[in-house]
Amino acid sequence: MSPSHNRARRGFAKYIGLTPFAIYVLLFLAVPTTLAVVTGFFTDTGEFTFANVLGIFDPLILGTFFSSFWLSAVSAVIGAVVGALVCFALLGTRAEGALRTVVDSASSVLAQFGGVMLAFAFIATIGTQGFVTAVLADVFGIDIFANGVWIYQVPGLLLPYIYFQVPLMIITFMPALEGLKIQWAEANATLGGSRVTYWTRIAAPVLAPSFFGSLLLLFANAFSSYATAAALISQGSQIVPLQIRAALVSETVLGRENMAGSLALGMIVVMVVVMWGYSVLQSRTARWQR
Amino acid sequence: MMVSAGTLPGRDKTSRVSNATRVGAEPSRTARAVILGVVGVVFAIPIVGMIIFTFRDGLTGTYTLDHWTGLFAPDAARTYRNLFTAIGNSLTLAAVTVAIVLVLLLPTMLLVHLQFPRLRRVLEFICIIPITVPAVVLVVGLAPVYSIVVRTFGGSIWTLAFAYGITVLPFAYRAIQSNLESVDVITLSEAARSLGANWFSVTWRVLLPNLRRGVLAASFISVAVVLGEFTIASLLNRVNLQTALLQVSQSDPYVAVIFSLLALAFAFVLLLLIGRFGSTGRDRSPSA
Repeated sequence: MSPSHNRARRGFAKYIGLTPFAIYVLLFLAVPTTLAVVTGFFTDTGEFTFANVLGIFDPLILGTFFSSFWLSAVSAVIGAVVGALVCFALLGTRAEGALRTVVDSASSVLAQFGGVMLAFAFIATIGTQGFVTAVLADVFGIDIFANGVWIYQVPGLLLPYIYFQVPLMIITFMPALEGLKIQWAEANATLGGSRVTYWTRIAAPVLAPSFFGSLLLLFANAFSSYATAAALISQGSQIVPLQIRAALVSETVLGRENMAGSLALGMIVVMVVVMWGYSVLQSRTARWQR
Repeated sequence: MMVSAGTLPGRDKTSRVSNATRVGAEPSRTARAVILGVVGVVFAIPIVGMIIFTFRDGLTGTYTLDHWTGLFAPDAARTYRNLFTAIGNSLTLAAVTVAIVLVLLLPTMLLVHLQFPRLRRVLEFICIIPITVPAVVLVVGLAPVYSIVVRTFGGSIWTLAFAYGITVLPFAYRAIQSNLESVDVITLSEAARSLGANWFSVTWRVLLPNLRRGVLAASFISVAVVLGEFTIASLLNRVNLQTALLQVSQSDPYVAVIFSLLALAFAFVLLLLIGRFGSTGRDRSPSA
């Protein structure tokens, strides 16, 4: 059709169209990520060092990683189970119906935009002045803070975290449940299978990769979450994101400079492993969603 | 094909639903009501807690409307000046972030979809990186980047939108991509080209009207994400709605909770609108 040099020139011109986005992503995603990971290996004066990275293995920092793991795992498991139950209950409702539209929107708000505001919600509910705290004390005579005010500690994060994990599970797991084909249930019924055999022998194996994939996504979500914890816990740094806050604000944690960089590196390593597992499981799910 | 399949079941819905329930593929009405009822009530408690909190009189423990009426008092604009400034900042940031999505991401996605099909996976990979690199990690590297940005563009608040454009990438990408996949963009643009349209009118008069739903959804979800963003603003010492709310909550927790409720309601309505646009767009497309 066109001479090759003409086509080559047009090809080059086409690539120019990609440069603005490429430069933007380079400057504000690639450079910051690289800096975040690399600064951990340098001192303030620019000399290479392993001291900061080895600082991760300090018992104090390892403890915060352990707290983060614990919080993320527990909230992910509870969120995944409750969220999957809600998805099951929503099966058979119209995707464009009022119920699903409201559930989807509410889930997105709570899963992705709550942050600081969720911390307020839980202070207003189960804080020392909260209304559930008051009802429990006045009506049932239960003092939920008998063993100390745990809401501003790591256990206090558990309820708000579950509160944003369940909606995220609903958003991510619903498509997989909707991918189940009615014919499979019919075939099961025709062959004399019960409800229980359908869900345990057919649905469960098909849904398993997607369920565990969503579980990993929930883990990653809790592990990387900062806003709720920062709003709830103003003193101390019991989880890794709060350690990063301390490192950025005071610039020295454990008397080491650039500790924020090595904490960031530690977080990225965990996130990459978890998200890699998520994508592997996700690609196994795709088989059934045709 | 897929679009029409989604609209078909309307006619034989009644028979299908009962059949699906009978063979065990769907929950019974009772099971659905119990699960949704229990989870719904439990999830309503913290929101109800916030609403009750805004009517509490902190000193006497009784209930009062003062916290709400206080917002309309003559001196409210002065009392809550910092909060209103912060809301202005967040709205500015939302506008600039949407502009970044529309000017940088959308044309790139169109270009890749039409001209570089082999780069689709690369673009997708880039756009979901921000899920793996959380904001609290990104901010560690953004601090030095922003010391240069401030020197170049000055320290005004809108520059923070450069970072927010990255934060909203996964959301905006998914919204636009699902629309791109449901419309046969390649055939549309080839048809327009063969009728003599130049690339500008192909994009402006053929592609964008067909992608309106995805573009709107991407914009709304970006606005919602920016209004809820705390991590980056807080750690870079900038003032936006969420950092101001946290600050106000230390002196006047009632006002902080009132504005949180309003912000949550606003985000909810935005996302509800996406849902409605989505359904009208899907209903209309087969007949159009």
